[in-house]
Amino acid sequence: MSSIHLESVAKLWGEARALDAISFDTEPGSFVVLLGPSGCGKSTTLRLIAGLDTPSSGRIRIGEKDVTNLPPAERGLSMVFQSYALFPHLSVAENIVFGLRVRKVSTAERERRLARVTDLLGLGHLLERRPSQLSGGQQQRVALGRALIAEQPICLMDEPLSNLDAQLRGDMRREIRALQQRLAITMVYVTHDQVEAMTMADRIILLREGRIEQVGTPDELYEKPRTTFTASFIGAPPMNLIPLEHAGDGWRFAGTDSRAPVNVTSADGLVLGVRPEDLVLDDRGPLAATVVSVEFHGADSLVAARVGEANLLIRVPRHAHFEAGARVRASWAAHHQHLFDARSGLRRDG
Amino acid sequence: MRNGAVTGWLLLLPAAALLVLFTHWPIVGSVWDSFYSTPKGSRPPVFIGLDNYQAMVADEVFWKSLWNNLWFALGTIPVSIALALAMALWVNSTMRGRTWLRMAFFTPTVLPMIAVANIWLFFYTPQYGLLEKLTTALGFGTHNWLGSESTALACVIVVAIWKEAGFFMIFYLAALQSIPPSLSEAAALEGASRGYYLRRIVLPLLMPTTLFILVNAVINAVRMVDHIIVMTKGGPNNATSLLLFHVYQVGFSFWDTGYAAALTVVLLVVLAVAALGQFVFLDKKVHYQ
Ligand SMILES: Nc1ncnc2c1ncn2[C@@H]1O[C@H](COP(=O)(O)OP(=O)(O)OP(=O)(O)O)[C@@H](O)[C@H]1O
Ligand SMILES: [Mg+2]
Repeated sequence: MSSIHLESVAKLWGEARALDAISFDTEPGSFVVLLGPSGCGKSTTLRLIAGLDTPSSGRIRIGEKDVTNLPPAERGLSMVFQSYALFPHLSVAENIVFGLRVRKVSTAERERRLARVTDLLGLGHLLERRPSQLSGGQQQRVALGRALIAEQPICLMDEPLSNLDAQLRGDMRREIRALQQRLAITMVYVTHDQVEAMTMADRIILLREGRIEQVGTPDELYEKPRTTFTASFIGAPPMNLIPLEHAGDGWRFAGTDSRAPVNVTSADGLVLGVRPEDLVLDDRGPLAATVVSVEFHGADSLVAARVGEANLLIRVPRHAHFEAGARVRASWAAHHQHLFDARSGLRRDG
Repeated sequence: MRNGAVTGWLLLLPAAALLVLFTHWPIVGSVWDSFYSTPKGSRPPVFIGLDNYQAMVADEVFWKSLWNNLWFALGTIPVSIALALAMALWVNSTMRGRTWLRMAFFTPTVLPMIAVANIWLFFYTPQYGLLEKLTTALGFGTHNWLGSESTALACVIVVAIWKEAGFFMIFYLAALQSIPPSLSEAAALEGASRGYYLRRIVLPLLMPTTLFILVNAVINAVRMVDHIIVMTKGGPNNATSLLLFHVYQVGFSFWDTGYAAALTVVLLVVLAVAALGQFVFLDKKVHYQ
C-alpha cells in the first residue's frame, strides 16, 4: 500500500495552463476519484502521477519517495488506459503477462499469477484470443488483468468504463470496487461521470479548469457542496439553484412574488439550492412554480418547472400527471436548504 | 438482389476493361508469341513449339542475367527495407526538423529515374567523379567503378537502394503513425526498454507493411531496366545485364520478338511464383485483425 502526494503541481502546455498548482494527498488503500467536466485536467493529473508527462513545477511523492523525475516503471504503479492499450498481435494471456516477461519473472510464478488473475476476472476461456476478438467489456477486463497481475500497490485508471453500455458499466463498477477493496490497492480513478464517482469513491477530488474545486467524501460533496459549481455537478439530476432578490427586509425568488424562507443578510444576491429529491409537492409550500413537462422514469418522475427565470426539477414518486402550465407549490425541510453567495458562488452557512 | 449484382459488375467494368486491354491481353499475347518464330521480312511467323525455350537454355546471356538479377535482388531488398525501417523510426520520433528530414529521405523517389541515373553516373565517373576524388584524397588508387566487371553490379545496386529506401520509408512511416501512442506508454509503464518495445510490439505490428514492401521490392528488382540502360547498357561484358534488360535487348535491339516473348513469359512466371509464395506463406503470419 502506498500513498500519493501532490504538492503545488502545475502543468503548462505552451501558454495554456492545464493544471494550476494543485495539491492533494491520498490515503494508502483508498479509492480516489478525479472528477470534473471535459478538459479540466483529470487525464493530465493522472499522466503526471504515472510519469508519462513531467510537471512544469511542483513535486510528486509516492509514499516517502520523491518520484517527480523517475521514469514510469520505477514508480510502482500500474495503469488502465481509456483506450485499454492492448497489444493487438498478442493473445489475451500474453497481453496480461507482458510486464512479467519484461521483468523476467520465472515461468512458474508467471503461470501462478496468470491463473489467479484470470480466475478473478473470469477470463479463463478467452486466453488464446486476440484483443480484436473480444467484446468491449472483455477487453476492459484484460486491461484490468494486465494492471492487476503486476501486483503494484497503486493502480491508475483513466475513464476505463466510458466505452461500455449502461448495464456492463454498472457491473464493472462493482467489480472494480470489490477488487480494489479485496487487494487493498490505492486507486486513482478518472471519470467525468458523477454517478461513477459517487458509487465508487472513498474520496472525490472535483476539478474545474485546472484547479481543485472541492475534496471530500461523496457524502460531503452531496450534503455540503462548497460552491454552486459543486452543487450543479454532483447529483443526478443536480441541485436546483434558484436566485433570490431583496424584498423589503427579506428575500423573494427572483422574478416572482413568492417570499423565500430565508433570513440571512447579504449586500449581494443569494442563490438558494434544493435538491430535486428534497422537494415535496405541498399546496402550502413557499415555492410556486409553473410545470413545463414531466419525465417518467419508472420508480419516480421528474417534474420540470419554472420559477421566474430559473429552471426547477422536482422528483416525485411513481408516475406524476401534470398538464404543461399547471401551477404547483413545493416545500422542503430546513436542513435540505443550501445558500450560496450569488457573486462568488461560495456556500453561506447560517 | 440480381439488380445489385448487375450494377456491381457495371461499376467494375471500366477498370476491368483497362486491365484486360493493357495487362491480361498482352500476357496472353506474349505466351502465344513465344511458341512462334520471329517474322522476318515477307516470312510470317510459324509455329515452332518449344524451340524458343530450348534456345533459352543454351543462351549464356540469359543465365548470366538470371544470376545477376538474383544477386541484384539479394543486394537491394534486405538493405533497402532495413534502411527504410530505420529512417521511418528516426523521422517518426518527435524532434525538431523532422518534416525537413522526411522530405529529404523521400526526395530520391520523386526524382525522375533518368535524372537519378545521370547524377550517379557522375559520382562514378573515372578520374574526376565524386567517388574517385574521395578515394584518391584518402590515398587509394583509382578505379573505374562502372567500367570493371567486379564492381559494376554493386554500383547499380547502391543506386537502387538509394532510390527505393525513401519510397519504402513512406509506407513504414504511415504504419508507425497508425500505432496508438498509448501502446508505447503501456510498455514503458511495464518497464520495457525501447529495444524490447521495438522488437516485441512495433516490428510485429509492422509485419503486414513489411510483406507489402517485400512483394513490391521483389517486383521492382525483377523489372529494373532504366538505370541499366542509362548507366551501363548491361556492360561491361554483361556484368550488369538483368532479366528485363536482356528482354529489352533481344526484343528491341535484335528484333527477335519470338524469343523475347519466351523470355518475358519466364520473367512473368518468376514474378508470379515470388508474389504468390510471399502471400500464401507469409500472409497467415502477419495479419491480426
Ligand atoms: N498534449 C497536449 N498539448 C496541449 N494541450 C493539452 C495537451 N494535453 C491536454 N491539453 C490541454 O490540457 C487541458 C486538460 O486536458 P486533460 O486531457 O487533462 O482533460 P480531461 O479532464 O482529461 O478531459 P476529458 O474528460 O475530456 O478527457 C485541456 O484544456 C487540453 O486541451
Ligand atoms: Mg481525459
